[in-house]
Amino acid sequence: MNKRKKGDKQSSWPRLLTLALYIVFTLIPLYWLLNTSLKTNEETLSVFTMWPNQPTLDNYKVIFTDASWYSGYINSIIYVAINTVLSLLVALPAAYGFSRYRFLGDKHMFFWLLTNRMTPPAVFLLPFFQLYSTVGLMDTHIAVALAHMLFNVPLAVWILEGFMSGVPREIDETAYIDGFSFPRFFMRIFLPLIKSGVGVTAFFCFMFSWVELLLARTLTSVNAKPISAIMTRTASAAGMDWGILAAAGVLTIIPGALVIWFVRNHIAKGFAMGRV
Amino acid sequence: MNKPYNNKAWFFILPVFLTVAFSAIVPLMTVVNYSVQDIISPEQSVFVGLEWFRAVMRDSELHSALLRQLIFSFCVLLVQIPLGIGLALSMPAQGWKSSAALVILAMPLLIPWNVVGTIWQIFGRADIGLGGYVLSRLGMDYNYASNSLDAWITVLVMDVWHWTPLVALLAFAGLRSIPDAYYQAAQIDGASRWAVFRFIQLPKMRGVLVIAVLLRFMDSFMIYTEPFVLTGGGPGNSTTFLSQYLTQKAVGQFDLGPAAAFSLIYFLIILLLSFVLYNWMQSAGNSGQTTGANHE
Repeated sequence: MNKRKKGDKQSSWPRLLTLALYIVFTLIPLYWLLNTSLKTNEETLSVFTMWPNQPTLDNYKVIFTDASWYSGYINSIIYVAINTVLSLLVALPAAYGFSRYRFLGDKHMFFWLLTNRMTPPAVFLLPFFQLYSTVGLMDTHIAVALAHMLFNVPLAVWILEGFMSGVPREIDETAYIDGFSFPRFFMRIFLPLIKSGVGVTAFFCFMFSWVELLLARTLTSVNAKPISAIMTRTASAAGMDWGILAAAGVLTIIPGALVIWFVRNHIAKGFAMGRV
Repeated sequence: MNKPYNNKAWFFILPVFLTVAFSAIVPLMTVVNYSVQDIISPEQSVFVGLEWFRAVMRDSELHSALLRQLIFSFCVLLVQIPLGIGLALSMPAQGWKSSAALVILAMPLLIPWNVVGTIWQIFGRADIGLGGYVLSRLGMDYNYASNSLDAWITVLVMDVWHWTPLVALLAFAGLRSIPDAYYQAAQIDGASRWAVFRFIQLPKMRGVLVIAVLLRFMDSFMIYTEPFVLTGGGPGNSTTFLSQYLTQKAVGQFDLGPAAAFSLIYFLIILLLSFVLYNWMQSAGNSGQTTGANHE
């Protein structure tokens, strides 16, 4: 018989403690990455210290001054942005179609889309390479963006379809009766209703494209080489350059953290259905 | 569901179909093509029918990699799904604490996979890593590079660290979509917290949980980069999961034919298991809803 107030129903102590413990678990390895990035390699390998004895930004300096390093971030951001925008553009109408209509082969189509997330990449790399060479897209940002759509678009359709199915059909019908055209209805009424879904979807597209290594590495050589591929070269014959690797790792977290910061309210607010 | 039947809806689907088909169909056909040929050199190949499929089915190393993979994915789901739901339930609903928790939780998801492996590689080493250092100070003989069990647990903990936030975020988004009216009704009925969870929150989260379970299943079943960086599949073969075994075959030994046959079988296993999981969750959800109705 819990007579709790609505506002504090989620903030009891054991729950906050669970969350706090998990957050600590998340942060410790990240702290260690940051710690390593601020040390020289000599310090990392010689003594064990909880924080850098002689904090240095040299590792970061290398990344920001060497074009072969920082261009990796720019390349990654470009293809990830293209991928996220394109994925959302094609997935929004498709998800609407799936959530509102039955049509010839709809279930098969939906299922086929999902199966594209289930292909183990190793053997598909070579055909991918051949395909993108044939169409002359090798080593371009658009090639990686297109290749990543293979696994992002099905996910986007899937998540968006779930959110859209939560919006009652009556809203569509009322809008048409009120004289809204389809594009206007979609942009002005429907999209705001599934804002949180779009935010979550954009975040997932960004994320999966940002972290993927194998396809991005296969389809690029110089001009569009992503940061995750550049990072693999620190494991050279001369041993690991832990400091630069850690600094590059720290920097890969920042764009994603910014993205989640921007979509956090869309995730948190949930549906605005109650207010319609 | 009484959705109208309208084939014009295909126009909505067409852009998705075209973009995905561009990247999906040609490579898939190429792999099918490889799988029935013995590729001696890029110019020379011989049709061998289903020979590679038979060879793959008899491969005992593959069987043990498959078994390891199944155990790993099972453990992943067993730990990450309940933990993710628990985290979503304990997140503050709004305010700066909620935002901060979201941003921090999401951070492991945004790290390129090879970096995730590197982070744990550093973290777990007894000489330079905090985790390994603390464990060895506590008197544990921990070494992920030489002890199979340690390696296994490290890979699993790494995966929990890496991916539980995905489940938590999806579950959190699902929870936020429940209208307050449901909670108010539950309060009027004097429902216990467990009843609220079992008959309101869990059924309402089902949609996102299906996504979470399937995504975690597929991705854990294809895990490659992180254990490759962390343990290289060792010690011995103890953390060589299916994807890595496949890559050894395809790239290391350049056996394209068998590797292609293997990928197709691999794909079919994922497809089959995803299908079973999906149907199981749908039917579990439906029976849950009927007991919910009876309960009322």
